[in-house]
Amino acid sequence: MQLKRHWQLYVFLIPAVVSMAVFHYGPMYGLILAFKDYKPYLGYLGSPWVGFKNFMRFFQSNRFTQVMSNTMILSAYSMIASFPLPIVLAVCLNYVPSVRLKKTVQNITYAPHFVSTVVVVSMLNIFFARDYGLVNNIREMLGLERILYMGSTTAFRHLYVWSGVWQGVGWSSVIYFSSLSAIDETLHDVAQVDGASIIQRIRYIDLPMLKPTIVTLLILRTGDLLSVGFDKVYLMQNSLNSPVSEVISTYTYSMGIGSQQYGYSVAIGMFESVVNLIMVLTVNQISKKLSETSVW
Amino acid sequence: MKRRKRSASDRVFMIVNHMIAFFFLIGCLYPLWFVVIASVSDPSLVTSGQVFLWPKKINLIGYQTMLEQKEIWIGYKNTILYTAVGTAYNLCLTIPAAYALSVRTLPFRRFFNMFFLVTMFIGGGMIPTYLLIKNLRLINTFWVMVIPGGVGAWNLILCRNFFTENIPLELKDATRIDGGSEFAIFFRVVLPLSKAILAVMLLFFAVGHWNSFRSALLYIRDTDRYPLPLVLRNLLMKSTVTDDLSSSGISMNRLLGMQGLKYCVIIVASLPVLVLYPFIQKYFVKGVMVGSVKG
Repeated sequence: MQLKRHWQLYVFLIPAVVSMAVFHYGPMYGLILAFKDYKPYLGYLGSPWVGFKNFMRFFQSNRFTQVMSNTMILSAYSMIASFPLPIVLAVCLNYVPSVRLKKTVQNITYAPHFVSTVVVVSMLNIFFARDYGLVNNIREMLGLERILYMGSTTAFRHLYVWSGVWQGVGWSSVIYFSSLSAIDETLHDVAQVDGASIIQRIRYIDLPMLKPTIVTLLILRTGDLLSVGFDKVYLMQNSLNSPVSEVISTYTYSMGIGSQQYGYSVAIGMFESVVNLIMVLTVNQISKKLSETSVW
Repeated sequence: MKRRKRSASDRVFMIVNHMIAFFFLIGCLYPLWFVVIASVSDPSLVTSGQVFLWPKKINLIGYQTMLEQKEIWIGYKNTILYTAVGTAYNLCLTIPAAYALSVRTLPFRRFFNMFFLVTMFIGGGMIPTYLLIKNLRLINTFWVMVIPGGVGAWNLILCRNFFTENIPLELKDATRIDGGSEFAIFFRVVLPLSKAILAVMLLFFAVGHWNSFRSALLYIRDTDRYPLPLVLRNLLMKSTVTDDLSSSGISMNRLLGMQGLKYCVIIVASLPVLVLYPFIQKYFVKGVMVGSVKG
């Protein structure tokens, strides 16, 4: 009886397990290429071992410093800009008395989340185009000269980060908003009776309640310090801005798919994931010690 | 909550607070709004910077130009197919597996939970995955857009948590005592109670497929098989950087059509999601709230 039940549950489970095993665990086997001089005609196993040569080549290449610093700057900037704003939005909306206004702001700020990366980058291209873009048209009206934003090394990071904020701010606020609405109303009532101002209520009730959520999300986000998403950077990249826009993921792509240096590009990708994993584990440990909040 | 007389500092706070709310509102809305009005305005007025808040000289030349672009419609058709088949495949894999994981008596449950959870943190990465797909001879096939992304750990866990928290054990036990199999419990008890999570999953997967760009970039070669995002990128990106630098040699009318086209293509590509969005938005929010990573 028990066995029969479990047999049926496994029927439910196995297809997902197989799919995961093939398409997620399968590629992990390909990681051995990082230690090999991969020749497609020799296969994964037949290709000669080269130890850490591929890694050393990356560390010693003249692109290493550039790619690494580009990645970290973009990632850190993006995190600093995009992390606090959803919290601000959630707390702000929590004190908007009109339900209709609250709902409207929520619905509208969520919308950009559903716009695809390709569309967002297209919008950037159009809005910031030199000869006809909205932003340059406004600059001209103000008597400023037109700028080729999309090919500018100084503008790239700001465009990337703030368009990301535009896309994510509303959606990322959902989780904070739901934690805020879970706060017991009587806490606020009592605080009001005691004459607490709204600022004080935010400082002593709302923020402490949000802390576990904030810490958890911060841990997860730190783990991604070296993985700047590929799609958007790739789409925004061009020969003019590449000195600041070449990040680990796009470099991996151009080495692997572009120049077919598989061993080398696998090594770079592996380096990225190892660093990320170490980051998550470390930050999680630290946070466990400091605040007793951890992801696991 | 009883209304109390607000202190001066609270009144200042409320004013600033409303200003912040409006700032977020306008900031998120305006770029979208501008694309909408630009798509129906005379392109020459848009490019010369005379359209800001409302459409001027309603003009559909952009949409007309778009009708002539065959690749857009091929891309549209492909994307609809990838989305429909891909979403169905995702659901068939994810929902039953999530249910199985939510049954506490499942042997090796912890092992399977870890098996999926781990994939959120480690993986092979882009190139090994590419080589695998290549070795499986999936490159440039229809199925490469469907099969490799069959299950994702995040959605699976989201769904599992929903089942654990929302399906009363007594109901399942009652069906068991009546001699119902696990299949019966799943189809007759669990599924009917899980419409919310089914909607959320359906929408997550569908939006994911609709907007997906990377797998097509990596694995699709023939332009005939390009999904809409890839067509869009080729149409918009390749032209914008260059026509910023030089745009001579084409007739003025054609040029205006191409200018208007950019806004129209954005509208058409985002339309299905944005039209559905108000209806499905509450489910999405629910979806985020059900899910906590803690397993």
